[in-house]
Amino acid sequence: MPQSANLSFANLSAILLSIVVVMAPHAPHVPKWTVAFCLIGLLLRVHAGLERRPLPARPLLFSFAAVAIGGVLFSFGSLFGRDSAITLLLAMTVLKLLEMRSQRDINVTVVLCYFLAITNFFYTQTIFTALYSIGAAWLITGTMVSLQHQAGPARFLQVARTSGLLLVQAVPVMLVLFVLFPRIEGPLWGLPRIQNSARTGLSDTMSPGSLSRLSLSDEIAFRVEFETPPEDAKQLYWRGPVLWDYDGRTWAAGQRITLSSFRYESLAPNLRYSVTLEPHDQRWLFVIDLPARLPRGSVLTRDYQVISFRPIQQRLRYSAESSPVYRAGTEALPAELKRALALPPDAAPRTRAMVRQWRELGLSGLEIAQRVLSIYREQPFIYTLEPPPLRKDPVDQFLFETRRGFCEHFASSFAVMMRAAGVPTRVVTGYLGGEINPVDGFLVVRQSEAHAWNEIWTRDEGWVRVDPTAAVSPLRIERGLATAVPDTDPQPMLRRTQLEWLIELRHRWDAVTNAWNQYVLGYTQERQTRFLSSFGFSNVGWQDMVITLMIATGVIIGAFAIGMFVRLRSKKTDAVQKLWLRYCSVMAARGVVRNASEGPKDFTQRVADRFPGLRERITRIGDLYIDLRYGKTDTPDKQDALNIRELRDHIRALYLAASSPAKTP
Amino acid sequence: MPADTTLKRTESQYVGPDGQALPLRDRIGDWIFPPKGAERAPVDLSQRRIYILPTAAGLLFAMTLALMLIGSINYNLGLGYGLTFLLTGTGVVSMLHTWRNLAHLRLRPGKTEPVFAGDQARFTILVENPGRVTRHSVAIRFGEHRPTHFDVEAGSETKAQIVIPTQRRGVLRPGRFRIFGTYPLGLFYAWANVELDLSCLVYPAPETGDVALPEVHAVFGPGDATGIGEEDFAGLRNYRPGDSPRRIAWKTLARSDVFATKLFSGATGTQLWLDYAETPNSLGLEQRLSRMTRWVLDATQGGLRYGLRLPDREIEFGSGDAHQNQCLEALALYRATNR
Repeated sequence: MPQSANLSFANLSAILLSIVVVMAPHAPHVPKWTVAFCLIGLLLRVHAGLERRPLPARPLLFSFAAVAIGGVLFSFGSLFGRDSAITLLLAMTVLKLLEMRSQRDINVTVVLCYFLAITNFFYTQTIFTALYSIGAAWLITGTMVSLQHQAGPARFLQVARTSGLLLVQAVPVMLVLFVLFPRIEGPLWGLPRIQNSARTGLSDTMSPGSLSRLSLSDEIAFRVEFETPPEDAKQLYWRGPVLWDYDGRTWAAGQRITLSSFRYESLAPNLRYSVTLEPHDQRWLFVIDLPARLPRGSVLTRDYQVISFRPIQQRLRYSAESSPVYRAGTEALPAELKRALALPPDAAPRTRAMVRQWRELGLSGLEIAQRVLSIYREQPFIYTLEPPPLRKDPVDQFLFETRRGFCEHFASSFAVMMRAAGVPTRVVTGYLGGEINPVDGFLVVRQSEAHAWNEIWTRDEGWVRVDPTAAVSPLRIERGLATAVPDTDPQPMLRRTQLEWLIELRHRWDAVTNAWNQYVLGYTQERQTRFLSSFGFSNVGWQDMVITLMIATGVIIGAFAIGMFVRLRSKKTDAVQKLWLRYCSVMAARGVVRNASEGPKDFTQRVADRFPGLRERITRIGDLYIDLRYGKTDTPDKQDALNIRELRDHIRALYLAASSPAKTP
Repeated sequence: MPADTTLKRTESQYVGPDGQALPLRDRIGDWIFPPKGAERAPVDLSQRRIYILPTAAGLLFAMTLALMLIGSINYNLGLGYGLTFLLTGTGVVSMLHTWRNLAHLRLRPGKTEPVFAGDQARFTILVENPGRVTRHSVAIRFGEHRPTHFDVEAGSETKAQIVIPTQRRGVLRPGRFRIFGTYPLGLFYAWANVELDLSCLVYPAPETGDVALPEVHAVFGPGDATGIGEEDFAGLRNYRPGDSPRRIAWKTLARSDVFATKLFSGATGTQLWLDYAETPNSLGLEQRLSRMTRWVLDATQGGLRYGLRLPDREIEFGSGDAHQNQCLEALALYRATNR
């Protein structure tokens, strides 16, 4: 079959380059064979274009398509679903390229490039992605412009300029649409469950080393915007999974029971805030202890965990209210208390032997807790990010041998001791504190702030928070992780407080990222309503938005249209006309004023008669002007340029002669 | 008859590649805005004259944008909204660009040289761009013929050459044309209908094959009894019975076995009537004119003085290009249906 005759190699290259640019970001997360498949397809097309060879025949294309479909089925087990659909789309785009013959095929291919550019946003939506996509849009648009040059091959710079101009001029329309287009709360159809292998974050189990490993990550867990700033954000306990069940090594959350209502006593003013949670593929939301008002779309469990209806697979913004000082849980169920006392029979024998005697002393739960905490305080326990591995019974080995541990070691051993002493105790995991970004005032909570603490139950007080880490390292609670652990410990690079400029830089960059996340990526229905009401438009319905949108777009387009059509008018005075006017003014200064009705021929004659000494020059000026102005209608050529220069020189000479009084007649 | 088949071949050759059916869009346009005759030049393409509609590619683009928007809503892609809206803006802005690409161009008819039927008539349209922006890929198309694309630099004028195949002699008036463009993105199609005073004189196609000049019937002016000048050799023609053996080109005969008669011109030179009445009646009007066209061309080439006689017109003896053109024009217009 013949190759489409109207596709030049330059245009083909532009299309190929566009495809490569939009496909490249997909390379890391599609199966390896896809990359090879696409590369082979592209090379085949380049070859066909360079050598002016016919494109592959249809049966060959069908077998390519079969290979692609087979590959997707092999890699994903299904043709549907996000990742398999994208892989298939990449392969099909390459195949389209191989059968690109008609103008229609070319249009489809170019438009596919735009579509591929957006699929990248499933994986990343950072500022860099945005910049990259703008570059891609510029390239694809340039390709379209180049394809439209039908009178001759397009010049690169001209095409690049036009494409850039179109994008720049599109910005006002984009902004209006972005702000005013009624945002609909997705999804429109069920989101497929995304299997993201390993996202950093808390899990609902805890074993020795799990939190200290997490603490090495500098990744942001969530950001908080306070409505009423807390007195000390560093002492905020962000409640995550509550762990009940101990198997001798690992704590697990076990079964969750939802709670419809509960009683609590608030002992301090409530905190109101909004959390922007990074996706962690789990269902719990982090809320300051103790949640007083729940975020939308969530429920509370009996152990005060806030659980979302859906797994958090996208950045989520929710607002909540908490009571930081409280009394709650006095109405605990017997079954719960039984669960909070259970220990595997063979767990931590030495510890239990030590604790058993306290039971006979008749101490209250809180007194026993004080006793346990004093062990941490008085014996040489060290709070460190690099605890030695525990191979035997972890609690016994930690308490009696290594004595070096991170918060999970303290929380775990504390709970074991308390349970052995007959006090109902559970482990709570979450985050402690965070860092206020001075640039935008957001509290940033990173994975390195992961923490574990305990709650013990007493009849009078209900569930009471006890943080054993505070006993061994008060600094951790008051000043944060970096100051609390030994300097020799490996820490996330950004945590090192010595590098002041780096901290400053990080704060700034983080504020930019946060603003991006909040206002660009997180511009939801709720934010839109709030943003519009900040201009005094409250209760804006979608109809109003659409009308405003259309008016605003119309105004923008109208303004552009006026600006464009102004440039269509011809310049009233061109170079020749300017020179002639100057000549007339020079002559006027010498006393010969041109009449409005006087043509150049008559005027020249009159001037020449008046200044016989200048006759030659004046006649020449007249001839040149008449020739340039009325001579021909053709496009200006080299001779014209020379004539204009000569005309200018003559007039300048006249002007100079006029300004020196000696020569004035 | 060999001449007949030749002509037919010519016709089919030129109708073929251009003869696509007029797009529905154009036919509807012609129905709504029927042609109104030639306009006074220069024709300025004011904003109001320019119409604009999305192209198929534009609809495809819009569909893709809709898909991208739905995807952005469903997967809550903030950046997806951003890109979708940026491209929407680009599309909207490109509409203005497409429109502006034609606006305020000034069109004037250029000169058109006469052609023989079956040849391509070359019409020139002078397109002036008085503004400060270059117009790219502007196209002019007559009816179903192939369009001509051209650029017009800012503040300059481009001569757009439009080639239209001719079939019949007479005056070819291409009528209303369409100036259009899809630059810069091909998403919109802007057009204006313009009719300029354009015409091309189409001479009859000269008959091909062996055609002999007619016999000399009358001799005017000084000259010998035979009426054939002997001063200047003017050329050869096929020998016809009755030609003087003195004028047979013996050398040519020796070289190529062809009997030829030498022709001479001069003060007493040959003066030839090319008379319609001398062509066989059986040929029919067009064929007879075709033959006469050939005569005119041959006579001019032979340097003869000749006159032309048509039933309703007579052109006096003359020679040279101007005379030839006058004769050809008379042949082109003689009882022509399209004048």
